Amino acid sequence: MDPLFTVTVYSENQVGLLNQISIIFTRRNLNIWSLTVSASAIEGVHKFTITCRTSQKQIEAVVKQIEKKIDVLKAFYYTNDEIIYQEVALYKVQTENLLDSNDFEELVRSSHAHIMEINRTYTVIQKTGHCEEIQDLYEKLIPYGVLQFVRSGRVAITKSTEEKVSRFLAERAEVGRNVN
Amino acid sequence: MNEYSGSEILLKSLLEEGVETIFGYPGGSIMPVYDALYDYQDKFHHVLVRHEQGAVHAAQGFARACGKTGVVIVTSGPGATNAITGIADAMIDSTPIVVITGQVASAALGSDAFQETDLIGITLPITKWSYQIRRAEDVAWAVARAFYIASNGRPGPVVLDFAKNAQVEKTTFNYKKCNFIRSYNPYPNIDNSLISLAVNMINNAKKPLLIFGQGVTLSGAEKELKEFLDKTDIPAAATLMGLSALPSDYKNFKGMLGMHGSIASNIKTNECDLLIAVGLRFSDRITGTVSTYAKQAKIIHIDIDAAEIGKIIPVTLGILGDAKTVLSRLTNGVKEAKHTEWLQTFEEPERVEYEKVISPEIYPTEGPINMGEVVRFVADASQGEAIVVNDVGQNQMLSARYSKFAKPRSLVTSGGLGTMGFGLPAAVGAKIAKPTRQVCLFVGDGGLQMTMQELGTIMQEKIGVKIIVLNNTWLGNVRQWQELFFNERYSQTRLQNPDFQQVAEAYGFGHQRVIERKDLGDAVEKMLADPDQPYLLEVCVVEEGMVMPMIPPGKGITEIMLNEHEWYSKS
Repeated sequence: MDPLFTVTVYSENQVGLLNQISIIFTRRNLNIWSLTVSASAIEGVHKFTITCRTSQKQIEAVVKQIEKKIDVLKAFYYTNDEIIYQEVALYKVQTENLLDSNDFEELVRSSHAHIMEINRTYTVIQKTGHCEEIQDLYEKLIPYGVLQFVRSGRVAITKSTEEKVSRFLAERAEVGRNVN
Repeated sequence: MNEYSGSEILLKSLLEEGVETIFGYPGGSIMPVYDALYDYQDKFHHVLVRHEQGAVHAAQGFARACGKTGVVIVTSGPGATNAITGIADAMIDSTPIVVITGQVASAALGSDAFQETDLIGITLPITKWSYQIRRAEDVAWAVARAFYIASNGRPGPVVLDFAKNAQVEKTTFNYKKCNFIRSYNPYPNIDNSLISLAVNMINNAKKPLLIFGQGVTLSGAEKELKEFLDKTDIPAAATLMGLSALPSDYKNFKGMLGMHGSIASNIKTNECDLLIAVGLRFSDRITGTVSTYAKQAKIIHIDIDAAEIGKIIPVTLGILGDAKTVLSRLTNGVKEAKHTEWLQTFEEPERVEYEKVISPEIYPTEGPINMGEVVRFVADASQGEAIVVNDVGQNQMLSARYSKFAKPRSLVTSGGLGTMGFGLPAAVGAKIAKPTRQVCLFVGDGGLQMTMQELGTIMQEKIGVKIIVLNNTWLGNVRQWQELFFNERYSQTRLQNPDFQQVAEAYGFGHQRVIERKDLGDAVEKMLADPDQPYLLEVCVVEEGMVMPMIPPGKGITEIMLNEHEWYSKS
C-alpha cells in the first residue's frame, strides 16, 4: 500500500478554494482520505489538512500544483513521523446496554475517552487519538450496540521548530510595503 | 463623485489596462456591457467574431503575436461554454488572456436560470484564476487583479464571470492597478548559489545541449538566449512552442525537438553530457518514453513555474526564475567556449535527414505537390518576415519544420492542447495585433472547416490574412497514424469538402486553387502581393502525405522513422 501523507495548505479565505484544491487530487485520480478545513491561527488565513495515500512523486507534484493556485499561500506535505496529529470521534451507544455491563467504565478509562452526555436512551462517548485507536474503541463498543459513530478528519501540527507560514507572510508583507 | 454602472466601470478599467482591442460576441447576460460599449466605440476596436471559440483563439493569436494580454467578452451559458476550448488552450500554452463572461444576476445564481452555467466550476481547472463579480464595487478590483495575474509570472487565462446585476448597479470609479498579491509571487528570487552551480556544470561540460521552450519568448529572453549561445557555442533546439525565439538560420540552431523534430536534436538529447532546459515543460511530444529520456545527461531545468521542475524528468539542478534573468546571469558567469568537435557530430544525422526526409519533401520534382513544398515556397517568398499561424496536424508540423523565422513571436500554434480549428481565428488575432506584418495561416481542409465561420470576421474586419489551405481531402494526421499504427484501417478520416474557391468567393476574398507544381510559385507571389487583402490559396496536395521524421508514440527519442519503411540508424 502507498504511504499516507498529510498535506497542509494555507490559503486566503476565498470562495471556491476547497474546489480549487480538491480538483488537483481528482485530476490524478487520488482519493482524499480525510479533510479538515478551518480558520488557522493566523487571522484571515484558512488551513486545510488533507490525508491521502499515494507515492512520494505524486504527492510532491500535487503539493506544487496546489501551491501554484493564486489564492494559496503555502502548501506542504508530511509523513506521520514529521507531525503530531489527532482525530476526534463520537460514539453513540444504547444506555441500557451500558448499565448491565461490568467493564464499560474500565473500557472508557483505559481508552482515555470521555462521556459527553448520558440520558435514558443513549450515551455519547468522545475520544481523541490516532485513527487506529479510534477504530479500536469502536470495535470494543460494538458489543454494547453502537447507534452512531462519527470521526473527524485529521488535524496536525509539525514537529519542526520553524514556522514557515509566518515567515512567508512576513516576507510577503515586506515586499508588499516596498511595491506600494 | 460620479457614479457609473458596473459595465462602464469594466470598460474604464480595460482602458486603464491599456486595452484597445476586444474580441467578443454579445448575448442576453452581457447586454449591459455591450450597451455601455456603444458609447466607447472610439476607444475600443471590438472585433465581432462568428463564434465564441473564435473570440478566444483570436485573443490568443493577438497575445502570442504582440505579447499583450488578449481580451474576450462573451455572454453567459452557451456563450461562455463555447469559449472553454480556447481557455483550456490558453492554459496549457501559457497565453495571457482575460475572458469576461456574462452571468445571470446574483439573486438567480444556482437556480438554473436561463443561460446560467456554473462557469467558475467549469473553468477552475483550466484557468490561472477565475472569479465571479457579484457587485459593481468589485469590478475595478477584479479587472486589475485579472490583468496582473494573466500577464505576470507564467502567463495564463483568467475568467471574470460578471453577474448581470453587477453590470447594471452603479458605484464610483477609482482604479488602482494591481502590483502585488500576497499569496502569489510571480517572480521568485533567483538563488545565486544555483547559478554558480550551473555555471560550473556548463564550464565543465564537453557535450552540452540547450533546449528551449516558450518561456524564452514569454520572458522576452530572445537576446539573452542568443548571447548565451554565442559565448558558449552550445547547440540549441526548440520545442514547438519555442520556435522563432532564435532565428532559424542561427549557426547553432538545431531545429525542433520531439515527435516530428529534427533527428539530430533528438539523438543528441540522448548523447549530450549536459542538457540545459530553458522555459519548457518536458511535454510527452518532446520526451517520448520518459524512462529512456536523456538518462546519460546531467540536467539543468530553468523555469518560472516551480511545479514544472521535476514534474516529468528528474533534474540535477532546478533553477526557479525567469529565462531572461537566469540566462543573462549564466552568460556573465560562464567561460567562452568552443564545441567544434561536438557540433560536428550533428552533421551526420543532419545529412541523413536532409537526404531522406527534407529534400524529397520540399524539393520534389514529380508527382503531386507536397505539403512541405508549399511551406517552402511561402517561406522563401516571405523571407522569414511573416507571422506563421497554423492549425493542428500535418499542416502544423510541416509549417513548423519548414518555415523560416527571422523575428521573435513569429509562430502562433496550438501546442499543448492541439486544438483543430485554432488556426483561422488565431490568424485573425495575430493580424490585428501586427497589421503591418504578413500573416500566413497554414490550415488543413479538416481544421479549416472546424472554425470556417471566422472567414466572416476576416471579411468584416477587412484584414489581410493569407489562408493557405493544404487540401488533401483527409484528416491527414489521423490518416497517417491509421496507416502506420492501425493497419491501414481508415476509419472516418476521408472528407468530402465544399468548393473552397466558392467559399472564398462568397466572402469576397482573392483566391486561387493550385494543382500543378509549376503554378505554385506564382500563386504564392500573387497571394502575398497585397498584405492588406485577405486571400485564400488552396493547394491540392498529395493525399497520402506523411510527416517525417517520426518518433512513434510509446517509443524513445532515438527510435526515429525516416519513412514508412525505414528507421534512422547511425552509420
